[in-house]
Amino acid sequence: MTDSKLLGLILVFAPLSIMSFGGGQAIIADMQHQTVDVQHWMGGSQFVDLFALSRAAPGPSTLIAALIGWQVAGFLGAVVATLAIYVPSSLAVYGAVRWWHASKDSPWRAALERGLAPIAVGLVFAGVVAVLQAANASVFQLLTTAVAAGLLLGTRIGIYTIMAVAAVLYAALAVI
Amino acid sequence: MLNHSQLNRLDFMASETRSAKPVVPLLSLMGVFFRVGITSFGGSTAAWLYREIVERRGWLDEPHFITALTLAQVLPGANPVNLSIYVGSQLRGGIGGAAAAFGMVGPAFCLILVLGYLYRQFGDNPVVHMMLGGLAAVGVGMTLYIGVKLSRQVRKPVPILIALAIFLMVGVLHWPMVPVVLVLTPLSVGLAFWGTKRAAP
Repeated sequence: MTDSKLLGLILVFAPLSIMSFGGGQAIIADMQHQTVDVQHWMGGSQFVDLFALSRAAPGPSTLIAALIGWQVAGFLGAVVATLAIYVPSSLAVYGAVRWWHASKDSPWRAALERGLAPIAVGLVFAGVVAVLQAANASVFQLLTTAVAAGLLLGTRIGIYTIMAVAAVLYAALAVI
Repeated sequence: MLNHSQLNRLDFMASETRSAKPVVPLLSLMGVFFRVGITSFGGSTAAWLYREIVERRGWLDEPHFITALTLAQVLPGANPVNLSIYVGSQLRGGIGGAAAAFGMVGPAFCLILVLGYLYRQFGDNPVVHMMLGGLAAVGVGMTLYIGVKLSRQVRKPVPILIALAIFLMVGVLHWPMVPVVLVLTPLSVGLAFWGTKRAAP
């Protein structure tokens, strides 16, 4: 039973690892779909809670895989999911870095740089929509998202200041 | 004041140290990524690594770091981890890459499990749930911000169309991502390759 759960974690996260062009943001949409709709490991609102945790914690935000793995199969699940999300992409990156230095003048190098950019951009925006839908976001949350993005783009206010203000604000709303 | 020949000599010494890179001990390599892994926050990891690796330790020069950052962003995988692998393998080969990646992920992994444990204890509390809702909204805002920054690299009509198509298929229509990416990535890279060939015959 546990073995099949661990295998399930590998089968979900290892392909996501290879597909995460442009970083962890790119696979959030599909991770949410797999975890909630396909595997039924958790509900949509719990996924959003874990997403929030992984964003508030330091380090790579793809560590949401560790939280999902833990939920599914305990500590071993967390370890397996983390390895599954990092090892395949890391091996690919190591190979690519070696190839990169060996082929400085190849026209394919420039083509890859420019050809992968639109893929990454499209996936990042898809991730925005996926999480907002999974959260069943209220108008107030949509507004929070827009204001946070605007502050990051237009000011030098750090992400942690914004997160702290949002946490206090929402806690106050819950109490009222 | 230094005279001309002394300056030349300093210049020569500087270029010599640049070509003969100092061997960075594996432990201090891992230590740097360890520290950045638990003190940096989503999106700012690159800035922390820049400060530690270029400014404070001089392990890489700035243009080299920027190339590394671009590759880390374009390739699959989490950007901070990819950057760790690039810098680590540049300094100490495959084992250096593994040490740097482990330093970046290992401690952060432990930390997030602690947060996950706290969530299990207090997750049912309505105030906690509400706060996480607010944090998630800010998290999405950060994703939006990264999307806007990245989209400055996509300026021509065809790449914009490809980005829009990916967004619609995966984000709006909820098509499975893997086949969509497998079809559109070769198309996008192929078109970029064709574009370069036509621009420089």
